[in-house]
Amino acid sequence: MSEGIGAPVKRKEDKRFITGKGKYTDDIRMENQAYAAFVRSPHAHAEIKGIETSAAEEMSGVIAVLDGAQLTGDGIGNLICGWAISSKDGSPMNMGAWSALATEKVRYVGDAVAVVIAESKDEAQAAAESVEVSYNELPVAANIAAALADGATEIHDNAPGNVIYDWELGDGDATDAALAGAAHVTEMDISNNRLAPNAMEPRSAVATYDDAEDHYTLYSTSQNPHVARLVLSAFYQVAPEHKLRVIAPDVGGGFGSKIYIYPEEIVCLWASMKTRRSVKWTAERTESFLTDAHGRDHVTKARMGFDADGRIVGFKVSTKANFGAYMSLFSSAVPTYLYATLLSGTYDIPAIHCEVLACYTNTVPVDAYRGAGRPEASFVVERLMETAAREMGKDPAELRRANFVKDFPYQTQVIMNYDSGDFEGNMNQAMEAADWAGFAARKAEAANRGRLRGIGMACYIEACGIAPSAAVGSLGAGVGLWESAEVRVNPVGTIEVLTGSHSHGQGHETTFAQVVAERFGVPLDSIQIVHGDTDKVQFGMGTYGSRSGPVGISAIVKACDKVEVKVRKIAAHLLECNPDELVIEDSQVKVPGTNKALGWHEVGLAAYTAHNLPADMEPGLKEGAFYDPENFTFPMGCFIAEVEIDPGTGKTDIVKFVASDDFGVIINPMIVEGQVHGGIAQGVGQALLEEMVYDESGQPVSGSYMDYTMPRAEDVPSFVVEHHNTRCTTNPLGIKGCGEAGAIGSPPAVINAITDAIDNNDISMPATSAKVWAAIQVSGTRMAAE
Amino acid sequence: MHSLNYHKASNASEAARLLSGTEDGKFLAGGQTLIPAMKTRLAAPSDLVDVSGAADLRGITVSGREVRIGAATTHAEVAADDALRKVCPSICDMAANIGDPAVRHRGTIGGSIANNDPAADYPAAMLALGATIKTASREIAADEFFVGLFETALEDDELITSIGFTAPAAGAYAKFPNPASRYAMCGVFVARGDDGVRVGVTGASADGAFRAGDLEAALDGAFSVDALDGISVNAEEMLSDIHGDGVYRANLVSVMAKRAVAAVS
Ligand SMILES: Cc1cc2nc3c(=O)[nH]c(=O)nc-3n(C[C@H](O)[C@H](O)[C@H](O)COP(=O)(O)OP(=O)(O)OC[C@H]3O[C@@H](n4cnc5c(N)ncnc54)[C@H](O)[C@@H]3O)c2cc1C
Repeated sequence: MSEGIGAPVKRKEDKRFITGKGKYTDDIRMENQAYAAFVRSPHAHAEIKGIETSAAEEMSGVIAVLDGAQLTGDGIGNLICGWAISSKDGSPMNMGAWSALATEKVRYVGDAVAVVIAESKDEAQAAAESVEVSYNELPVAANIAAALADGATEIHDNAPGNVIYDWELGDGDATDAALAGAAHVTEMDISNNRLAPNAMEPRSAVATYDDAEDHYTLYSTSQNPHVARLVLSAFYQVAPEHKLRVIAPDVGGGFGSKIYIYPEEIVCLWASMKTRRSVKWTAERTESFLTDAHGRDHVTKARMGFDADGRIVGFKVSTKANFGAYMSLFSSAVPTYLYATLLSGTYDIPAIHCEVLACYTNTVPVDAYRGAGRPEASFVVERLMETAAREMGKDPAELRRANFVKDFPYQTQVIMNYDSGDFEGNMNQAMEAADWAGFAARKAEAANRGRLRGIGMACYIEACGIAPSAAVGSLGAGVGLWESAEVRVNPVGTIEVLTGSHSHGQGHETTFAQVVAERFGVPLDSIQIVHGDTDKVQFGMGTYGSRSGPVGISAIVKACDKVEVKVRKIAAHLLECNPDELVIEDSQVKVPGTNKALGWHEVGLAAYTAHNLPADMEPGLKEGAFYDPENFTFPMGCFIAEVEIDPGTGKTDIVKFVASDDFGVIINPMIVEGQVHGGIAQGVGQALLEEMVYDESGQPVSGSYMDYTMPRAEDVPSFVVEHHNTRCTTNPLGIKGCGEAGAIGSPPAVINAITDAIDNNDISMPATSAKVWAAIQVSGTRMAAE
Repeated sequence: MHSLNYHKASNASEAARLLSGTEDGKFLAGGQTLIPAMKTRLAAPSDLVDVSGAADLRGITVSGREVRIGAATTHAEVAADDALRKVCPSICDMAANIGDPAVRHRGTIGGSIANNDPAADYPAAMLALGATIKTASREIAADEFFVGLFETALEDDELITSIGFTAPAAGAYAKFPNPASRYAMCGVFVARGDDGVRVGVTGASADGAFRAGDLEAALDGAFSVDALDGISVNAEEMLSDIHGDGVYRANLVSVMAKRAVAAVS
């Protein structure tokens, strides 16, 4: 039907978003609301000698000034990382203590030291400026090299040499042997630039403590309110789970940064109890740059060996990952099980070995950001493939084709088991749409105009739908990664779907409803999606890792299965037929070819009046389900970027961008295309424009939009988005997920195109105009353009 | 933002009077620089005297080749003025590329040059056009006006009332925007007037906008793109930051100068 699976219906939620009627955390206004302003460290690394609050306490409107000693004194626990990773030698990771308000030391610029609660935001900020903190500055390690240097300052006492873990995956001996016997080895040093997440809506929290009930309510910008409640209860001891309600209303983008629990939410909850006031905090943009968990920040050495026919024989990767000053909630999993496990790419690689050294630095914590580990893996694999092709004088497309995985399921050497795909099909489709064959003519034509034209390809693969609970548990995860759903059919036949997934822009209210509309043959408008509130939805693991489709929707399907069984039983009882004879469609439950039919709403009514139900059947029509995936899903695709470069300035224009993705079954193609567009724009941002830079003293250099370059509309072309989909074989609807693909596949495609255009392979992201111009000077390909 | 007192002036002399009565007041024109600074608490004036509605500070008059632009005239008004475009299209084109539409409809020429951001566009134009900056009490030649980073020859509380210049026979502005802020990473304004060629450069130097003497001399010799071959500015005096080093910026000065010359010749 036209509103069901595969229909490009308009998003139900957009009316409120585009008319300014969305309800975000900062829109929440409680009676008796006070405001929090944080006193933050101006130093990257320093001992706290003293905190003088008396002047601030005297200021107008100030209700309380609170610090870390009071916080820990009240038994509030340290922030944790919830995924245990062990080093090669079996030792556990070195997790340093992270107090929501720093006590003895500050470890990055922006580390919260104290908080002022006041009647107004202005009064809170003014008083925060009057809190005098005296510091004893310490040496700073602001990047990986500085942190790992001999004699580097130690950021946490329990992390000697600033090392968090030294981990490995794969078979080192087999890989070394394969590389030793290789006919050709391509070796590269690759860095993956540090990014600030830049959600349009800054983080925000409104906390209320009800002392009569001894109960807390937190409104928060969260991608996973239940996980927030769990962590706030079980680890931070803010309140027991049944005494804490977490509500994430509309959330304006997250890209991962709103998965984690941050100090500010903890402090607002605690301060609301201390002051008996509702406490609100909303980040200013500067605070977002300073405190939102950043993404990426790897340096890698990689070697890929080939036999004489161009078949990959082995792949060895050694990566150093910057974790920032503290271990954020999922940080440890990102450069390990979300990264090294994807290093087989789309290729059949017989031997792979990856080592990852994770370290602390005096910068804001780093954690998952759109793609989380997979963009870093895809960049390493696809830069090496392209470079190897050039070094061996082979067509980069043909080198990929020769090495593609072709038979499924395919077990990689790095844990993952690919269930399905037709990698060549996607590559062929992309090459055709990009007119790959006609490139030489376009390059010559551009040269006549004094422009350098290049083409680059990337065949990414990623893992979505995180994840089978037992599997991730065995790898160190502290939680299970299933999803829950409840489908409630009301007496009038309308349906509420409660889901543990939580949209922060993905359009769940539309796609999830489409699945149920198709299933029961009812109008889209009769379905309401309920999410984001721990009092309404029993539990959920939230939205990240493109899991809402493959995992969240699968839970809904499972709950629908149970509802359907009951609907059939009730209808069969009333129509005096066999449940198997019934067909559910067009708002009816009927026996085809007969006049036996009930309206969908009549079944609902029968369930609730309970006047005439089968013997032993409970009244009501509501079913819940937990869905635990049996495998990750593996979206893949082929991206082709074509660029033109101005040799005078080094400015890169992306003149064409083609994406051919395999997302499995697609619920709403319009929403999927939007996800691809946004993801590619983000990937182009990483490739050309964005970088969070700290200077040697740990001061952020690109901490505002005056220096941090977000992609703008004019930086991206009109994308060509194609699909060549194969069904996922491990979940009920065959969905693979699409939320991160664009950001995963595009950086290597863009950099491969630039290096092709300028005939110089030595360029790091972001490939700014200045870097590209300098690389052109080196390669000497500069043409007489001026 | 800190709280403050707001005053609205209806003319230049009222503006000066209002400001003189304040403790630590500032003129407010378009607010496109001052208000962001206040929001991030970098500026905290006790009072704001809004000059954007002062009638005698607004508007553009062109008589013959003589141009006068009121200090509170917005970038959008400069960009769209037909009479000005007839005699000096280069300044209209330059104004049309400042910031975004919201910035252009609030931001003013007086605010821009009083602020003298080292990456702002107008200072390059003022230098190349040999403009005169008029204040309530005196006239200051552009060459004397721009002193250094965010520094001008203005006294505290001195109000710019208008800018005057003689339209050049030919002129053009070529800008390479900073990718993040879209201010100039390098902007070169070339004007060929009765007294020769003047080249104003913004964005590139660590000391703010400047005149490029070597480029002027070369173009005085022959006003052509080729005349600039091999001529540049000293890379060591150019700004180095995360967006590009001095060598790159020196290159941009040459490239943008050539593009400006190409646009008029
Ligand atoms: C997003 C954004 C993008 C921008 N992009 C660019 C760009 O590409 N190129 C560019 O050049 N600029 C750019 N700007 C700056 C813009 O041009 C501002 O208009 C300009 O810097 C200041 O003008 P204003 O009228 O807003 O001054 P205000 O912000 O009101 O004032 C600035 C300063 O000038 C003083 N002042 C104002 N008027 C007078 C006067 N008549 N006499 C004496 N002092 C006065 C004020 O007291 C204050 O100190 C951008 C700004 C923004 C916000």
